Amino acid sequence: MTQTSNLQQLVQGVLHGEKRAIAKTITIIENNDPAAQKIISLIYPKTGRAHIVGVTGPPGAGKSTLVEKLTKEMRKRRKTVGIVAVDPTSPFTGGAFLGDRVRMQDLSTDEGVYIRSMATRNSPGGLARATKDASYVLDAAGKDVIIVETVGAGQAEVDVIKVAQTVVVVLAPGLGDDIQAIKAGQMEIGDIFVVNKADRENADKAVTDIETMLEMNTEEKKWKPPVLKTTALTGEGVEKLFESIEKHRAYLKAGALRHQRRASAEIELIEALKQKIAESIIQDLRQRGEWIRVTEKILVREIDPYSAADSLLRQRLRTSGKP
Amino acid sequence: MSIKEKKIRVLIAKPGLDSHDRGAKIVARALRDAGMEVIYTGLRQTPEQIVETALQEDVDIIGLSILSGAHTTLFPRTMQLLKKKGLTDVVVFAGGIIPEEDVPALKKVGIREVFGPGTPTSTLVEFVKSNVSKAK
Repeated sequence: MTQTSNLQQLVQGVLHGEKRAIAKTITIIENNDPAAQKIISLIYPKTGRAHIVGVTGPPGAGKSTLVEKLTKEMRKRRKTVGIVAVDPTSPFTGGAFLGDRVRMQDLSTDEGVYIRSMATRNSPGGLARATKDASYVLDAAGKDVIIVETVGAGQAEVDVIKVAQTVVVVLAPGLGDDIQAIKAGQMEIGDIFVVNKADRENADKAVTDIETMLEMNTEEKKWKPPVLKTTALTGEGVEKLFESIEKHRAYLKAGALRHQRRASAEIELIEALKQKIAESIIQDLRQRGEWIRVTEKILVREIDPYSAADSLLRQRLRTSGKP
Repeated sequence: MSIKEKKIRVLIAKPGLDSHDRGAKIVARALRDAGMEVIYTGLRQTPEQIVETALQEDVDIIGLSILSGAHTTLFPRTMQLLKKKGLTDVVVFAGGIIPEEDVPALKKVGIREVFGPGTPTSTLVEFVKSNVSKAK
């Protein structure tokens, strides 16, 4: 009883934008605490107001520095900003070094900005499992814009599209040729492409490569991703980037947003279902001691994991009528 | 959601104007390798920036590294701000170049422990682990 009222107090704090409440709530979600689901159910109705911008790209492209400058641009226009910056967890020790704040020092005492560093905790896809829910918390807390910065991403780390409404892919000159630009994955997910470190050699070549790649899109799309040049260190080009983000936002609002939100609601439901189904089956198996027995069978190659999963699922569905 | 995964969150911060962060980075790395999530702020932080970061990041413990000699003003200021923001459950330790005779005064304002040069990183890992679990 007291726990429920504590949670409600916490959620009230989040809705009032209190930083301590936001911080504690994100921790609860991140730690997969049993209270997390309750919290999400309480804040979810208050979300959907903020514009969520994803910033992704390879390590060292300048994402964090660009996020700092972009946030300053937004602050000039009196928008409040929440930032979730993701860095990788060590697959060996489970520890993480979260260093994105080093590039965002000027923002740390700005009352209109909330920054949370987050470790992937070995989630694939460039984000942490809790990143999306953390963005909900910041949304419910009243932030106008939420920037989600992925880990330094490789070609296939594209989960940011499940979280963000506008995806900015940040690249730097000299990272690859037109063959890299034509590859699937990262190069497909940008609503806006940025060639950062544009003061370096070959920046124009990088822009051309990306533009050429985009022109090859045969699918008719109403939004044509712009390719911009920035120098995050000096702030050059950042205002243009902000304007492009606003343009994309207006484009979404004019109709595409509904479609995007529906697709994202479906993905959320699918993922929640997957998680719930898997957990319920695994828990049941563990309780009945079946888990070890089946694992053992796979171990000695008596059965393959897919067939084992099939038969376990069938078993579960047969018994699911009973409480 | 069945598997709880609590991690120790540590803030390693460098208050003041010296730019020697080798020690801070070694400590950060050692704590990372001990399975903790270490937030590093970078150089030249004001007490305000450090406390605000600790608040937003919901850290369990803060390590302050200083070599400039300004600890006698910056540390008490940091502790005062932590209290003001209600972060009284956050443990604070310090390292760097801090004369022996300054230590009692620092402990008096709430710094849990002061580590000098040459402290084995395993000592720090042990300290963080035992002090964080004590606070929980």
